[in-house]
Amino acid sequence: MSDTTQAAELRVARRRLAVDSIGIWVLAIVIGTIFGFTAREGGLSLVEAAAFSSILFAGAAQFAAVGLLAVAAPWGSIVLLVWLLNARHFLYAASIAPHTTHLPRRIRAGLAYLLTDEAFALTSAHIARLGRFDLAGGWYAGFSIFVPWNLATIAGWLAGAALPEPGTIGLDVMFPASMAGLAVGLVRDRAALIALITGGAAAVAAAILINPSAAAMIGGLVGPFVGIALTQRGRETR
Amino acid sequence: MIDPFRTDLVPLAILGGIGTYAARALPLLAPGVDRLPAPVLTYLRLIGPAALGAIAAANIFVADGAFRVGPEAVAVITGAAIGRWRNSLLVGMAASVVVVLALRATIAA
Repeated sequence: MSDTTQAAELRVARRRLAVDSIGIWVLAIVIGTIFGFTAREGGLSLVEAAAFSSILFAGAAQFAAVGLLAVAAPWGSIVLLVWLLNARHFLYAASIAPHTTHLPRRIRAGLAYLLTDEAFALTSAHIARLGRFDLAGGWYAGFSIFVPWNLATIAGWLAGAALPEPGTIGLDVMFPASMAGLAVGLVRDRAALIALITGGAAAVAAAILINPSAAAMIGGLVGPFVGIALTQRGRETR
Repeated sequence: MIDPFRTDLVPLAILGGIGTYAARALPLLAPGVDRLPAPVLTYLRLIGPAALGAIAAANIFVADGAFRVGPEAVAVITGAAIGRWRNSLLVGMAASVVVVLALRATIAA
């Protein structure tokens, strides 16, 4: 492939990444604002709320931590819950890792800091479109969440009470809609489709039978396994 | 009145952040990731659709510990289908919001 063709492909993929990230910004602003408000209601100072968003930087875990602080749970149980909730990020990093081995360690260490659900989703879709890792795209995906999330946390702490309830204007479906949309966008073959469906089914079962916090981890582990097994079985049958 | 500059809980954020960062960084920094066998690489490739689908499904099909198909599920699935058709995440998310508002208004009427 010529350099001109590669450059054109890169431009198209980056434009698509930028457009996809608009919905993620909106999501980060809405949920980040709610977190800032919730943190204040839970008794966190502005600096503490900002520390949660900038250092911990993991939406669901931040809400869970504030919820536990509100009932005076011990720090040990809060830290443990946060770690368990964020264990799924191990899968995300493992999925991206084979595409980043050519990068210096300090760059990979920096990218890891920004690896949230949404950053992983945007980065995976970008890799799938390009067939390789684009460092500028990777940074962009990470900061697309980090910057609005942190600014919105501060805004929510300062002015959250004045904002409408997200459910009243339909914004509560934006998070699952973004995850579903990005998951569907990653389906390139039968194995991926099976992984998506079985991952979703396993997650629902896990959320009901075990714990909602285990859902993503179990779905993310079970889905690929079934996707590979059923695809191989189909090949052997033919 | 909360002192906006109080820092008592900052160490808790740091402790939570250490484990979170470890989960995010270890696979990216581990040596030999590029020499993994092909089936493992296929497995890793499929984690994306599986994990993201899992997050979405658990969000829309489970409420109060029970299986439920409500307006949110219909809206998210419709939005994902429209997003795939129009090749745009933004269009899909906007469609989900419109559909859930329409369904809630219909149910309330």
